[in-house]
Amino acid sequence: MKLLEVKNLKKSFGKKEILKGISFNMDKSETIVVIGPSGTGKSTMLSCINMLTKPDSGEVLLEGEDLVKTKNIEKMRQKIGMVFQEFNLFNHLTVLDNVRIGPWKVKKISKDAATEIALKNLKKVGLEDRANAYPAELSGGQKQRVGIARALAMEPDLILFDEPTSALDPELVGEVLEVMKKLAQEGMTMLIVTHEMSFARDIADRIIFMENGYIVEEGTPDKILFHPEKDRTREFLAKFRRE
Amino acid sequence: MHFLSSSIAVLLNGTWVTVELTVTSLFLGTAVAVFVALAEVYGNIWIKIAATAYERIIRSIPILVIMFIIFFGFPIVGIRFDPFVAAIISLGIRSSAYQSQIFRGSILAVSKGQILAAKSLGMNGRQTFLYITLPQALRFSIAPLTNEFTIVLKDTSIAYALGVTELLREGTYIVSTTYEPLLIYSLCAAIYFVITFGTNKFVSSMERRFSIPGYEIRGVERA
Repeated sequence: MKLLEVKNLKKSFGKKEILKGISFNMDKSETIVVIGPSGTGKSTMLSCINMLTKPDSGEVLLEGEDLVKTKNIEKMRQKIGMVFQEFNLFNHLTVLDNVRIGPWKVKKISKDAATEIALKNLKKVGLEDRANAYPAELSGGQKQRVGIARALAMEPDLILFDEPTSALDPELVGEVLEVMKKLAQEGMTMLIVTHEMSFARDIADRIIFMENGYIVEEGTPDKILFHPEKDRTREFLAKFRRE
Repeated sequence: MHFLSSSIAVLLNGTWVTVELTVTSLFLGTAVAVFVALAEVYGNIWIKIAATAYERIIRSIPILVIMFIIFFGFPIVGIRFDPFVAAIISLGIRSSAYQSQIFRGSILAVSKGQILAAKSLGMNGRQTFLYITLPQALRFSIAPLTNEFTIVLKDTSIAYALGVTELLREGTYIVSTTYEPLLIYSLCAAIYFVITFGTNKFVSSMERRFSIPGYEIRGVERA
């Protein structure tokens, strides 16, 4: 069975149709990068997967269980981590508490065990020495690494990344991509929306090119980035190369 | 100058009544305001409309008119309060409308992104409110609540009109026997000032204690 199956996902805001029928699958340990012009529904698609945005129709199956119809969405969301463009750390909590609060208060494991998990994941993102700092005391890159550690601490089946480096100063992008690369190598299943093309080329098992609410084309990085079949994909990539 | 020390003793009696009025009506106001704010932020459309209507109507009636309605008007339909209670209810209701806006603003000041992040971890609505929204909203509300405290404190003097023997009325009694209005009313003013100033000092120290390192609390206004 596929880990994640998205079937004919549709979503409109008012009269504007953002997702016009999105379908794709993900295997366990797969890294998929979603690229495409701004405003084509990439972020909406991500938030429809964990139901932060409710799709109008379609199915999202995680290990066969439909998230659109489930009665216990909170339980299902625990299995899907999310990393946000704007980090969205909890401002009133220390770095340690930001990472610990999920396993401790949501999964209800003991405080000591949750602390251990939090420290392990902070170490993984290289921030164990900042455990007692508050979000406002961190750089953007550090904030995003905490965001990743917070998602990891729930030990999810899959992590969604919504343009994780778009809000960062250029010199801070590398440290975040480095952490993500390591996760991919360790076999974490990741669905990443990004504009970092070289990063996509390096870590993606598959790339999905989205435009205008549709998946235009998908395939290996080599196929999408260097031998695209569709004109739209070629035009988009050409624009990128010019920049 | 013997009359001065005895005057101060009488004024302190009145001060005690003023403080009682202030604290009780503030608590009454808070109790109601919490529900109004929660209704305005989380309620369905009808609850929202009801809460907003309450808050708008109360906020547009002068405090003296509210007091007169409750003290002089309600007995017509058989509801009677003594002046002290009528003053507390009036000040409390009026304050609840303003406090509800403080709490509503503080709840909404917690960024939407943090709420999404909490949900993405699998928190339900109750957990999100308890662990994420409430601790931050409480901090945001400290400064504006102090402001509200000082407003209610000063407006307790309007209970004078119902015959409550609070600070200003005690002052007026003294003036009527000593005929020293400038001195006595200035003493009253000084007492209001000391309470307001002291409270502000105390609250700023609390604010510093509960402040989040590196995270400035914005939009603070003071009386």
